[in-house]
Amino acid sequence: MMTETRDRILFALAAVCAVLLSYNFYKIFLVLPDEANQGAIYRIVYVHVPSIFTGFTGFFVALAASGAYLATGKLKYDAFAAAVTEVSLAFATIVLATGMIWGRIIWGVWWAWDARLTTMLVCWLIYAGYLMLRRAIDEPTQRARLSAVVSIFGCVDILIVWKSIEWWRTQHPRASPQRSRRRRHGPRNGSAHLLELAGLHVSSGHSSNGPNPPRRTLARNRFPPPHGPLLLK
Amino acid sequence: MSSFLRASWTIAAKDLRSEMRTKEAFNASFAFSLVILVLFSFAFDPSSEELRTISGGLLWLVFSFAGALVLNRSFARELQNDCLDALISSPAHTSAIFFGKTLANFLLLMIVEIAALAVFSVLYDTHFSKQFWPVVLVMLLGTWGMTVIGTMFSALTVNLRMREMMLPTLVYPLLIPALMAAMTLTSDLMIGTALGKDNMIWLRVLVGFDFIYTVLAVVFIDIVLVG
Repeated sequence: MMTETRDRILFALAAVCAVLLSYNFYKIFLVLPDEANQGAIYRIVYVHVPSIFTGFTGFFVALAASGAYLATGKLKYDAFAAAVTEVSLAFATIVLATGMIWGRIIWGVWWAWDARLTTMLVCWLIYAGYLMLRRAIDEPTQRARLSAVVSIFGCVDILIVWKSIEWWRTQHPRASPQRSRRRRHGPRNGSAHLLELAGLHVSSGHSSNGPNPPRRTLARNRFPPPHGPLLLK
Repeated sequence: MSSFLRASWTIAAKDLRSEMRTKEAFNASFAFSLVILVLFSFAFDPSSEELRTISGGLLWLVFSFAGALVLNRSFARELQNDCLDALISSPAHTSAIFFGKTLANFLLLMIVEIAALAVFSVLYDTHFSKQFWPVVLVMLLGTWGMTVIGTMFSALTVNLRMREMMLPTLVYPLLIPALMAAMTLTSDLMIGTALGKDNMIWLRVLVGFDFIYTVLAVVFIDIVLVG
């Protein structure tokens, strides 16, 4: 009975997600015009950025769940942490893949050792290690205990990695995409980007009826901000 | 506090004594470092000036490979005759056991590193005599970060299948900030840049990393070893 209700809720949520996603993809691919500098590829941002938010939210939730397991000893928190980490790792993989595809087209290389890419990769490695560790332990309480500790160590590490890679980039001047972006938009464009994203969603609603045919411009900026302002034509 | 330190030192002295008698970990990691140092000469032009700018990175690669060999053995050697269970049930607190083991690993790894550094400077003609003490400082800080995390994960992986594989897989990604800082600083010192305003941030990263993980490890070691 219990599982039946849960299954129903899950199917209902999946249906809602399917409807929302199809609507989003319709808007993203058919309604929105190309971006002036980047062309069609900028659309990847609509997959890339939400995946980052989902992934990182998941890692922090896993941290909280691991702490909750160590505090209470209830295995349901451990199961929750494991499930959330698995999903977050999938989203982290999407972030890396979409980022690489975008980089190949805009920067001309699959991988640029840009601060964000590097942080994400380290993050991916740490949580892949976490899941590998879980596989290597059979006894449930031991697995829960040890993997909770690894999750906490990993989460702390990501914060240090995040800051230190930023310093590494600013301290070592070289022709990197990160620098050109920094100069134009300042170091913090995370929150600005959130606004842009919100703005885009709103503007997509307005421009959908406009008479703008999708257009590709040939003059592409070689190192534009990956998540900088998008100029809709 | 003094009983904590006494217990830690007893554990460290025990580990160092058994290492002195067998020289297992030292021989393995020093021999391995030598081989890597020689192999480096085939990876790039060993006499070029460019070498100095990447020497910090090379050295810390050697140190971290050597470290994995030392750290893998640290708790695994207690498995024979159930020594680990005896250690845990002894009156010494688990954090004292951890601290003692970390201390022993730290001293052992420092000896390997100093030997490897000597070989490195002979083979690759480095001139860092003016920066000798800063190099030692960076080595002390970087090695402490490496041994704290390494000993913690040595305890964590001790009962695992595939222990030898799991330890480096878990430890190296976590060590990235410390290694990055140590590599940058060592390379700077090797090309003659003194510690100063430009690279002070890396010293702070190292100190902060060491502090955060020493505290975390001491807090969590009981959960890892006892549960």
